[in-house]
Amino acid sequence: MTGVVNVHQAGPGVTVQDLGRPGFLGQGMSQGGAADWCALAEGAGLLGQSHDCAAIEMAGLGGQFSVTIPTRIALTGGVMTATLDDAPISWNASHRIAPGQVLSIGGVRNGVYGYLHLAGGIDLPSFLGSRATHLTGGIGTALSAGDTLPIQTDTGGQAGLTLSTPDRFSGGIVRILPTAQTYLFAAPEVARFEATDFRRDTRGNRQGVRMVSDGPGFAAEGQLSIVSETIMPGDIQMTGEGTPFVLMPECQTTGGYPRIGTVIPADLPIVAQAAPGAGIVFQFISVEAALAAHETPAHLRARAAKSAMPLLRDPHDVADLLSYQLISGMITGTEWDKEEQP
Amino acid sequence: MDDAQTALTFPRVARMGLSGLLISFSDVLNEPANRAALAFKVRMERESWPGVEEYATSLVSAFVRFDPFALSFEELKSRVDLLLEQADWYAAALPEHRKLWRIPTAFEGVGAPQLCEAAEMAGRSVPDAVSDLTAAPVRALALGYAPGQPYLGTLPDNWNLPRQTALTPTVEVGALVVAVRQLIVFGTRAPTGWRQVGMTGFKCFRPELDDPFSLRPGDECLFVPVSAAKLAELTVSDPMGGAIMEPLA
Repeated sequence: MTGVVNVHQAGPGVTVQDLGRPGFLGQGMSQGGAADWCALAEGAGLLGQSHDCAAIEMAGLGGQFSVTIPTRIALTGGVMTATLDDAPISWNASHRIAPGQVLSIGGVRNGVYGYLHLAGGIDLPSFLGSRATHLTGGIGTALSAGDTLPIQTDTGGQAGLTLSTPDRFSGGIVRILPTAQTYLFAAPEVARFEATDFRRDTRGNRQGVRMVSDGPGFAAEGQLSIVSETIMPGDIQMTGEGTPFVLMPECQTTGGYPRIGTVIPADLPIVAQAAPGAGIVFQFISVEAALAAHETPAHLRARAAKSAMPLLRDPHDVADLLSYQLISGMITGTEWDKEEQP
Repeated sequence: MDDAQTALTFPRVARMGLSGLLISFSDVLNEPANRAALAFKVRMERESWPGVEEYATSLVSAFVRFDPFALSFEELKSRVDLLLEQADWYAAALPEHRKLWRIPTAFEGVGAPQLCEAAEMAGRSVPDAVSDLTAAPVRALALGYAPGQPYLGTLPDNWNLPRQTALTPTVEVGALVVAVRQLIVFGTRAPTGWRQVGMTGFKCFRPELDDPFSLRPGDECLFVPVSAAKLAELTVSDPMGGAIMEPLA
């Protein structure tokens, strides 16, 4: 038996995402895939399934969903308000859902992107090895009310598990490596870049996130126009006005703006999940340190599966858990607020 | 970062983050460097190096994405350096199995809003401008920005037009735009700083096909002038707007 997820309501940035389609850079198509790949792996870990499974990514605002077969769900990434038939349910957790029950996911309370995973993954046809919507590439579209997405029968597994995740939802230190154009920036300019308190601008999406600061802009030496070169997600592109853009999974594949550095894959979710106004500091690290921090989605999935704990069932405790997470995020946020008084 | 002088010799091999290696053949666009990038990428593909996940080219560079757990940058670089020494890549032959698309193009009416302006900037009359842009095939120097979208060139030097300071808010799929000695056939409806000089019914990316990319880097396009009325007719009758593909010898 197979079933579907019914979409009764959806925010404006709700899409199907997996790890994307690598391998087409030379044909002008960026990898795409989940903005926060860690959240994808965590959901797979909670449900005991492959990290390749497609899930529903919700930017800022969720939606209302139901299923036609009994199954399990997991909720990960930026914490959103969630209810199942009006009863609050925990984020960073797995739950059972029966046909007819209504899952309502509201606005994000911490971070930017929340994820709704279904047991077995969203079973859309795969295109070039992925089910991910790539909006700028014209592959798929954002979900809207009335859409139905196929799912396979849940082959069974636990629900009612929760994960405690490191706080990657309120900015902080983002580790970077040099890129092929870092040498175009004079050493004092690179040092000033590292010493600058940036905040995530209101302008940001699955293609790129703009970073603003109070000081002057950043410029490469000499060359105003450089020849267009291959781009990878994480690259920090310095636009003409000297404002850095961190390029995200759905970025363009080549670009002619100089790039001062590139965010390591482990920390790109911090950029994705930084809400407008969140403080960011970029810090160059060694390749060895970057390698030590590097983790594949499969590895993170396995680690998440191992560390999943039974969820506290009492709704009172659940409410406490949610507020605890929210407060911890806000405390981290205030460290930066001091530096950002206009 | 600390030795800018070494950057000025080409080809230059540089690390890009944790898992990228870039081989730049020039710091400005020119035909030999584009040829070198295309040929060197094909040569690397033949090696099937373990740990490599992807090869790509941009205008004057080749790119390798690798798994840093399976292959160290240093080892990959030594392999790349060895291959670089084996030939004069700037004089290499273009890749085999390339193709040529003949693309009906309307250089009039609403599809050519900036043709007069662009022609004037290039110091040509409108008819001479059209013959400049249609006289010979142009090569897909690289695909980028949007899936399958070609940067075609290079045009004669008088077509080294600067980008517009203000963006055109949107051009349609199939729009032919010009700047910096190159043409682009737009693959998506998008804003652009380049000037639109013509319209085609060509689609660079067709997600309904098993191979959705109409072009590969190194393929060629020849723009064939037709009336706007003829293009409209072709666009209705054919998903590629009457464009015809043939293998290049």
